[in-house]
Amino acid sequence: MSSNLRTLCTICGAGGASDFFKFDWKTQKWNLVVVMGAIIGGFIGANFLAIDTIVAINPDTVANLNSLGFSSAGQAYMPTELFDNAAFTDFKSLVILAIGGLLVGFGARYAGGCTSGHAISGLSNLQLPSLIAVIGFFAGGLAMVHFIFTLLF
Amino acid sequence: MRTVGYLAIGILFGITMFKSEAASWFRIYEMFRFESFHMYGIIGSALVIGVLMVQLIERFNIKSFYGEEINFPPKAKSVARYAIGGLIFGLGWGLAGACPGPIFTLIGAGFLPILVVLVAAMLGTFLYGMLRDRLPH
Repeated sequence: MSSNLRTLCTICGAGGASDFFKFDWKTQKWNLVVVMGAIIGGFIGANFLAIDTIVAINPDTVANLNSLGFSSAGQAYMPTELFDNAAFTDFKSLVILAIGGLLVGFGARYAGGCTSGHAISGLSNLQLPSLIAVIGFFAGGLAMVHFIFTLLF
Repeated sequence: MRTVGYLAIGILFGITMFKSEAASWFRIYEMFRFESFHMYGIIGSALVIGVLMVQLIERFNIKSFYGEEINFPPKAKSVARYAIGGLIFGLGWGLAGACPGPIFTLIGAGFLPILVVLVAAMLGTFLYGMLRDRLPH
């Protein structure tokens, strides 16, 4: 999935800045078609296959999120604090989303894959590099949620 | 024809991501707090099927729909790139609550601020491309 981000960079003309982006993006067209499908699938799932989309997370998680200021926990699919359109005009929300995305994009390419490439495909093939990457994914996620969140929120 | 196949797989993937709630920021947060089996069940069952499929394909030399050989090229050996890159990815996963697949699914589901995450993720990818030669691999 994450290699599509590289393809999108190439389509945007990043090949002029680094050799990493100099490749024929048309060879990756199949993968972009899968992405198109993933977008359509999200639309279908949210609009035609859902009665209500509230995510019933653990009440302990709800209490913890409430204490951090996420009042929508347990009452929505996504935290409204970050994913309502109001986030576009909220400086802090924008910074959080942007830093999160930056880390995801940078880390996925550095590690050579994301959840789909390493945690599912790589581990399915019993690849040691993927195991190292997945341990890294979890170490990073745990550090973020258990230590950095209390500083941010 | 192939394009239709890829599109169908993508749509199935997108519906699964949304309906299984793997695309929900809350589920990722809950996972990292070990307060539900939910996400471990999703990743775990995908993994069981994945391992089984890879074994079957290799054992019985199963071909693709189009009669082509299916190969699983081994990933380059390294510790630094996977450990450091993985750690950075994990920090972002925990914060944005979305990995690249769900980022696309959430666009379709109508959570438009995810576009900020997408553009930033492209920027992060670009940054990696610029710094690649100076990073330990």
